Amino acid sequence: MKSSRFDPVVLTLGFAFLYIPIIILVIYSFNASRLVTVWGGFSLQWYREMWSNQGLMDAAWVTARVAVLSASIGTVLGTMAALALVRYARFPGKTLFSGMIYAPLVMPEVITGLSLLLLFVAVGVDRGFWTVTIAHTTFTMCYVAIVVQSRLLTFDRSLEEAAQDLGCPPVKTFFKITLPLILPAVVAGWMLAFTLSLDDLVIASFTTGPGATTLPIKIYSQVRLGVTPEINAICTILIGLVTIGVVAASLASKRTELRRIRDEHVALRGSS
Amino acid sequence: MAEISTSPHAGPARWLVVAVPYVWLLLFFVAPFLIILKISLSDTAIAMPPYTPLLDGFGGIGDFLSQLDFENYAFLTEDPLYIQSYLSSLRMAFISTVLLLLIGYPMALAMARAPTRWRPTLVMMVILPFWTSFLIRVYAWIGILKPEGLLTVLLQAIGLMGPEEQVQIYRTDTAVFIGIVYSYLPFMVLPLYAALEKMDGTLLEAANDLGCPPLKAFWRITFPLSLPGVIAGAMICFIPITGEFVIPDLLGGAETLMIGKTLWTEFFGNRDWPLASAVAVLLLLVLVVPIMIFQNQQQKVG
Amino acid sequence: MAKTLGPVKRKFAPWTDPNAVPFIRFENITKRYGDFTAVSNLNLDIYEREFFSLLGPSGCGKTTLMRMLAGFEEPTEGRILLQGHDISGVPPHRRPTNMMFQSYALFPHMSVEKNIAFGLEQDNLSKGEIAARVQEMLKLVKLEDFAKRKPGQLSGGQRQRVALARSLAKRPKVLLLDEPLGALDRKLREETQFELMDIQHTLGLTFLIVTHDQEEAMTVSDRIAVMDKGVIVQVDTPAEIYEAPNSRYVADFIGDINIMEGGIVSKSAEPGQAPVVTLDCDGLPVTVEQECAATTGDRVAFAIRPEKVRITLDQPENTASNAAYGEVWDIGYLGDFSVFLVSLADGRIIRAAQANVSRLVDRPITFGDMVWLTWPKDAGLVLTR
Repeated sequence: MKSSRFDPVVLTLGFAFLYIPIIILVIYSFNASRLVTVWGGFSLQWYREMWSNQGLMDAAWVTARVAVLSASIGTVLGTMAALALVRYARFPGKTLFSGMIYAPLVMPEVITGLSLLLLFVAVGVDRGFWTVTIAHTTFTMCYVAIVVQSRLLTFDRSLEEAAQDLGCPPVKTFFKITLPLILPAVVAGWMLAFTLSLDDLVIASFTTGPGATTLPIKIYSQVRLGVTPEINAICTILIGLVTIGVVAASLASKRTELRRIRDEHVALRGSS
Repeated sequence: MAEISTSPHAGPARWLVVAVPYVWLLLFFVAPFLIILKISLSDTAIAMPPYTPLLDGFGGIGDFLSQLDFENYAFLTEDPLYIQSYLSSLRMAFISTVLLLLIGYPMALAMARAPTRWRPTLVMMVILPFWTSFLIRVYAWIGILKPEGLLTVLLQAIGLMGPEEQVQIYRTDTAVFIGIVYSYLPFMVLPLYAALEKMDGTLLEAANDLGCPPLKAFWRITFPLSLPGVIAGAMICFIPITGEFVIPDLLGGAETLMIGKTLWTEFFGNRDWPLASAVAVLLLLVLVVPIMIFQNQQQKVG
Repeated sequence: MAKTLGPVKRKFAPWTDPNAVPFIRFENITKRYGDFTAVSNLNLDIYEREFFSLLGPSGCGKTTLMRMLAGFEEPTEGRILLQGHDISGVPPHRRPTNMMFQSYALFPHMSVEKNIAFGLEQDNLSKGEIAARVQEMLKLVKLEDFAKRKPGQLSGGQRQRVALARSLAKRPKVLLLDEPLGALDRKLREETQFELMDIQHTLGLTFLIVTHDQEEAMTVSDRIAVMDKGVIVQVDTPAEIYEAPNSRYVADFIGDINIMEGGIVSKSAEPGQAPVVTLDCDGLPVTVEQECAATTGDRVAFAIRPEKVRITLDQPENTASNAAYGEVWDIGYLGDFSVFLVSLADGRIIRAAQANVSRLVDRPITFGDMVWLTWPKDAGLVLTR
């Protein structure tokens, strides 16, 4: 499509809207003054205070453990679900199954959180680390399923048929051929699941218990008391981690892209 | 030829692939809904769990069923607070979705028309804020919109506002709209972009060639072809916004009525679990139609 | 078939031997997908060391038939015998067949040698054995220098060779080739056809190839099965298929042919002489030397290849039969041949091909010329189907 003169303006305004609040937040985490509006010079004191805030650090540790564990289980389950959706032409209850995969993507978090809490209470489980992990696994696996599904839809099935034709049994074929080739999507799914878990306030609030306060719950309770530069500091660190992760991932995919282009050049030379 | 893709030979592993996620979702997604439905029909009690009746064994099933009633739902319809919450949530979600479309569509279109080599970067720039915490992004706006916040400082500095005046946005519906649009913009832009990007550019050239001016070509060609993206984006935003809690809680004022907030207060504030459950069940009923539209759309794509 | 043909490609014709045991036997095979019948009650025998082609347009069931042999699909009815054993229910990874895929299906994350070794590794052969076999295969397809490359770093022709080497590495009893040359350009395709024949001959394997390209099937095959809508219309050697098609469908599918509808006027079968059928093709009298099952009065078709029609400016001696008079309506110059489209008085078009033997002709036939078309009695065919 032909671009219009207004396109750069639209994009500039749009991205300014998306990024300026985050940039301001990062800048003010280095503010020496406690007031949000007054710049009191550069300082790292809020990072020091954050570091010595035991409650905040404990919450960060809980959150990291929940995120790694739920993202990992969610990735396994989500990949299986994606295979079921794409590879199985029909099985009993497939409509219900795909409904259960898509619904959590849009379900208001208050509903998911409340219903899971009531389940845990009904079966008499003590709420805490494991209940949050199960809750996060349940909704992140659906995101993983969607990401992996879109990769599987473009997967050339004759690769698997070729492997079986050459004597490789079905399960081994999955691990030797399919999995290595869909791995980028699986990793992307894991990263998405990890950040969603890291991010979640509402579902965690419902399903957590004593001793398993996650970072968003901690941040939320402090934010309700007012804006503090300490929160800016921890937010900046989170933003930094996520940015590094996303940029690294995209650079890695760019490198494979470059390698692909180079390969094509080699191939062209080889054929001429 | 639907079955052409299924190999006729597969062992038990084949069924495990379906069964494991299936059972997980039945246990942790469907079963909770049945429980929430049951509790919404129970009475409040000062105990743990704070509701009766509890189902103990199978002997008491008849007894148990006879104690269930629609009291909580009756209460919801009697108290105007709840009805207003639902209506207000739907209104807020609708206005936000329209705003998101108005802002998101030009962005998505500009991205789709950008040079090919720029597009992956642009997509990444839209996704990046989405990867940073929701809570953090809402929090960032508090610092800007507060009466003594950065927006006031900025407007005073450029002389649009007197030194005694302050911006009165924080803790109003306007702040909630800003927060929602800001938080959900990537969810709107990405499906729109996906629909616009795969569109064949020669279609517009053909329309122009046949004498259709560019603006008319947009309405006759581009927009109708992007409708699946519009529906997907609108549903992905509308449904969760209706039940949104964090944004109205942190940016909204006392008069901001949203059902997610009401549910939260019933549950954590008043500890009225049965009533909170009834609120959730009704919310789900309200959202059934948009969720069905979304599901259909997704299954068509899948 | 009525005609006896000249020398066959090579002295190999087990299908003519009533005592020969078929290597692969498709027995009453039917395959249905819901309401759609892809293959319908099909019977076919293929012999050891045969180079056999399944030829037909897309959707005729040829690929489904091959996939059933490989084990990717199970027949709805009927059974498949390999060396006399029923292989129904045997999963693909346990069948002694190997397939070369249309897309080549090379594993993009493995090098050329890893791709070739993949099948051998599944058989738990020793490292040394595998390495030796991979070397042998690389040599066979002349890719020794490319062993360490990934498929993405190869040209289309090289990928095709890797796919061939990979499917040959396990020395399958039957090699299945699904449109093996479809992705190659014309020149490379022709070269590769001869290489394939060479490899098949050297290794002494049975090849089953699926193709929609009739030239390819004609060049490489010992026998061809022409398929249409899930059934086999004719199974024969390339020469028989070309010279003696059994139906309008086969005649039309293979090569260029003139087909004229007509009725049988008389049949004669004098002892010691070739049987003769006399036809009336809507006013055009035609005599054909052929045995024919149809009886007098039946509607049949007369078919004749353009290169068997002689075109002249002068009136031939005998115009009572097998002769038509018309105007040159169009000329297609093909380099080695010219095809003349001659319009008869009633508007029917007959094509005649003439080899361009000389660069300089005294009086070349050109547009608008009135010409005579003639053909001998043994040049055309009566088609009853």
